[in-house]
Amino acid sequence: MRYLLRRLAFFVLTLWAAMTVNFALPRLMPGDPASAMMARFHGRVNPEAIHALEVAFGVDTHQSLWAQYGSYLGNTATGNFGISLTYFPLPVSTEIAQALPWTLGLIGVATVMAFLAGTFIGTVSGWRRGGVVDSVVPPVFVVTSALPYFWVGMVLILLFSVMTNGLLPNDGAYDITMTPSLTPAFIGNVVQHAILPAATILITSIGGWILTMRNNMVTVLAEDYVRMGRAKGLSNRRIMYQYAARNALLPNLTGFAMSLGFVVSGAILVEYVFNYPGLGYMLLNAVNNLDYPLMQALFLMITVAVLVAVLLCDFVTALLDPRTRGA
Amino acid sequence: MSASILSGTPDDSVGTRQAPRRGAGLLRAVRGNRKAMVGAVLLLIFIVLSIAPQLFTSVSDPNAHEFGLVLPPSSAHPLGTTAFGQDILAQLIWGTRQSLVIALAVGGLATVLSVLVGVSAAYLGGPVDGVLSGLTDLFLVIPTFPLIVVIAAYAGKGSLLVMIAVLVVTGWSYGARQLRAQALSLRNREFLESARVRGERRSYIIVNEMLPTMVSLILANFLGSALYAVLTAAGLQFIGLGDNNAVSWGAMLHWAQSNSALQAGQPLWVIAPGLCVALLGASFALLNYAFDEISNPALRPVRRPRARRTGS
Repeated sequence: MRYLLRRLAFFVLTLWAAMTVNFALPRLMPGDPASAMMARFHGRVNPEAIHALEVAFGVDTHQSLWAQYGSYLGNTATGNFGISLTYFPLPVSTEIAQALPWTLGLIGVATVMAFLAGTFIGTVSGWRRGGVVDSVVPPVFVVTSALPYFWVGMVLILLFSVMTNGLLPNDGAYDITMTPSLTPAFIGNVVQHAILPAATILITSIGGWILTMRNNMVTVLAEDYVRMGRAKGLSNRRIMYQYAARNALLPNLTGFAMSLGFVVSGAILVEYVFNYPGLGYMLLNAVNNLDYPLMQALFLMITVAVLVAVLLCDFVTALLDPRTRGA
Repeated sequence: MSASILSGTPDDSVGTRQAPRRGAGLLRAVRGNRKAMVGAVLLLIFIVLSIAPQLFTSVSDPNAHEFGLVLPPSSAHPLGTTAFGQDILAQLIWGTRQSLVIALAVGGLATVLSVLVGVSAAYLGGPVDGVLSGLTDLFLVIPTFPLIVVIAAYAGKGSLLVMIAVLVVTGWSYGARQLRAQALSLRNREFLESARVRGERRSYIIVNEMLPTMVSLILANFLGSALYAVLTAAGLQFIGLGDNNAVSWGAMLHWAQSNSALQAGQPLWVIAPGLCVALLGASFALLNYAFDEISNPALRPVRRPRARRTGS
């Protein structure tokens, strides 16, 4: 229980740090970008929005920095991120609510699939030390884990979309001619659009899980309890899954939580390459349009998504590893 | 199974007895590991390209629009030209320098930072450790790329220095965590205890007693951060947050994408620079993995008995 409380405290602390960074960045940057932004938007958006922005970025207000900080934390905690400039006058939160499901669906599913498949391949590779699988797996996946995400996406587009005359779609989350609904045709269309970006994430992120799992397996297989299992005459399958893989999985799970930030970073670029309407694509668009409120809210949302995933990993670890519960 | 335990070659025992000069063992280890060899050769090629690009191409200003537009590969332009009339091969060769500078600078600085934080957290312990390792975890979990994007958006399109600084700040945490764990496991070893009893200063113990035993992990960290820097910098340049007028692989990809090179039938414009990023990344990753094997013998490939016994 203490372990979970500690992780929960870490979650809150990290969230607070991300929010503070978000607050401090526009105020710390040299050249006062916030004022420059105001100057750009004067006359283009209505005074009400300008005022909201001024409050959000601390320009021309007579409030002290601490008062600004307080109201910022309050607003953010209640999901009030202000008004988007690109999609004026829609509030930022509405925009984000539209993009979030796509990101969770694509990146979430692809990442979990990569983790599960990678862990399985790593288990087999580590079990059959020096076998056919093991002689091929490490070099190949060391190289794939060094590939740039976005470039793999572009190569897949070239192979499966451009060179095959549009075998698989490479643009957006569904055909814009279709109206979103829960019909089989639409769902099929969504799945079809997700194949290439999901494959990109799978190809580039699976290597890391395979290699760490393999190395964990190799280490665990040298333990005494594995030898004990063999001496008792247990079946290989039992030793492999129940004795070795089960223990080798734990560090991999922690590694999974810790590397999620990296994976999501790459996935943002994948969304960009495929024009996939998720948070990452929206973030890069917001940067191009200098839509600072949207940009900041998106950074925060992506951080929250990663943190929640990390917290889930912590719960699973606590469930699987009795040692963490005692500590 | 038992063969692997006995696979220590006679060569090894001679080496430890004579205590050869530092680095000799490392060099031999690299030569004996195929992954390390491939990685080292790749890295060497890129280093040569970045030091003397003019030796490999006659084009002196690869960004000048001096050739025909969208020429197919020919003997004059082995990889063709871009939609702006630039020689793709020349851009690749000249672009090596920036990627390599970013990789080495970020790798070096981030490693220094992670050694400082990781080792002092482990050695000092107590509340200092609590703060430092909390900070490490925090930097590790916050998704760096969105953060970098936001910073870059505020700081304006980056000079090289801004990019290096941001990558260092976001790239040190993974190494610090590993180094802390390693240093913690060393803390109560006898040789450190004896140094303390001798009355050595803390700084002496850390620098002269602890760090030498962690060289391989520090090296692995350098390679890991360099890989991170190469990939992240390419990503930033690709979305246009780097210096778009510089000669770099990421900037090439940016221009290729904004001119729809794939759809316009110029796949080489996309494939070539991406492949260079991937190869440079792969060289760091292969070296990194190989050092893992070298420093942790349990992970080394198992040699089948009789297969290569005579070789070593």
